[in-house]
Amino acid sequence: MENNVFPKKLIIETLRRMKTEISKQKGYLTELEAKIGDSDHGINLDRGFSEVESELPSLENKCIGEILKKVGLILMSKVGGAAGALYGTAFLFAGKELEGKESLNKDDILQAFIKALEGIKSRGGAVLGDKTMIDTLEPVVKYLEDNSGYVETREGWVRITGVAWQGMESTRDLVAKKGRASYLGERSRGHLDPGAVSCYFLIKAMGEGKD
Amino acid sequence: MKKVMNDPQNIVQEMLLGMEASAPGFLKKLNGFDVIVNKDLKEERVTLISGGGSGHEPAHGGYVGKGMLDAAVAGPVFTSPGPDQILEGIKAIDKSKGVLIIIKNYSGDVMNFQMAVEMAEMEGINTDFVIVNDDVAVGESSQRRGIAGTVFVHKIAGARAITGASLKEVKETAQKAINNVRSKGIALDPCILPHNGQPSFQISSDKMEIGLGIHGEPGIKQTEVLTAREIAEDLVISLKEDLGLETGEKIAVMVNGLGATPLMELQVLFNEVAMLCQNSGIKIIKTYIGNYMTSLNMAGLSLTFLRTDQDLADLLNAPVCTLSFR
Repeated sequence: MENNVFPKKLIIETLRRMKTEISKQKGYLTELEAKIGDSDHGINLDRGFSEVESELPSLENKCIGEILKKVGLILMSKVGGAAGALYGTAFLFAGKELEGKESLNKDDILQAFIKALEGIKSRGGAVLGDKTMIDTLEPVVKYLEDNSGYVETREGWVRITGVAWQGMESTRDLVAKKGRASYLGERSRGHLDPGAVSCYFLIKAMGEGKD
Repeated sequence: MKKVMNDPQNIVQEMLLGMEASAPGFLKKLNGFDVIVNKDLKEERVTLISGGGSGHEPAHGGYVGKGMLDAAVAGPVFTSPGPDQILEGIKAIDKSKGVLIIIKNYSGDVMNFQMAVEMAEMEGINTDFVIVNDDVAVGESSQRRGIAGTVFVHKIAGARAITGASLKEVKETAQKAINNVRSKGIALDPCILPHNGQPSFQISSDKMEIGLGIHGEPGIKQTEVLTAREIAEDLVISLKEDLGLETGEKIAVMVNGLGATPLMELQVLFNEVAMLCQNSGIKIIKTYIGNYMTSLNMAGLSLTFLRTDQDLADLLNAPVCTLSFR
């Protein structure tokens, strides 16, 4: 199993689960963002992942790298805004790392996470503590660097998701430094960052397929 | 929620088709893309593109036409378009003399437009961009938003482009306008988003918001509702100080409605602004009053000052033919 932790079929299922999770959380994300943004994060992400879902059947014959790159381009195009650019770049960077792969092992997954974070940071210019999706993703990447084997088991994903949840929660007490919430200054404190929350849901959806 | 619309999913496309239909002589929507272009574009010269989220009409499609923009890209409501849409707009207007991209300073817009610039460069199109950040309500200038002052930048850069100036010169002119333009806004009531019917922020009936952005994101502070005179004083002082305006200087003024503000109120505000300027010896050479950079049906307004020398005044006064700027 070592070389076959995540066969392509599982990756495609994971993308479908991400869509389902985002659709389910659309209302919650909208509500969250009404407090510090313009309340369309959930709507925009749902539009993007719905398009991903409808394109998946035509992608099944491609390698995992190609699939993820295409997902990135769809998200950039259909989500729009900062979220489209950032999630799109994350999938694009992860896809480039996984070129030619038909299944992924723990090291591939770790490298994909590292590249996704690198892409988000270089595109958006935010760092840990700016009250963005990086506050969810970076702790997960750091955790995986020491515990990459956790991606192989359901229990491991519970731990990974827990780290993502903590990262997301950490944004509650932060003052936003990037994006529209940053205009609020101190008034942004006390609210979760919607990007950090959607990032948590996507990571949660990834783990739920592993038994 | 009550809105004149069909399926909210199609609201942007239907709006763009409406723009095209209302000016069939010079506007065209690109097939399959949310981009409005000047179809009358014949001369080989530097061309201009701008855009951003929808909900700010007449920005940006209303400013496409001779002497102003050559293309406008429309994203979903309050959301930057993706880079593929922007790239298509750039390709449609490229006359191989260079394309200048005018971006409003929001993280989403900057990321997506810069990606489009990178993609255009890869396709061999000579591009450059400027970022408009006229909103003085935000302290740090690198973080400042682009609001109604962007319309002056479109006009001035457009007037320079049709003279046959180089991309470098058009960019310098656009940057000169940006360096001399400042805006600040207030809101009385939030706007309602067509996709979810929710108000963009909460405010009680006796309060107003100072320094809001044009996406319905909350402003810097709430206060009790001020009189037109008090509002004008707050806005004029902020703009004057930030521009460092001195007695004897000349400016163009825009009083911009955010979508649900009666023209009567814009005129009342301008009356106060005109008196304040006169008292401090600042000469208003041109005035624009109306809805130029809106926020759906938000009640409120913004005030923009553009410091003008002869060059900027001439460019502002040059002939223009668009749906919404004359």
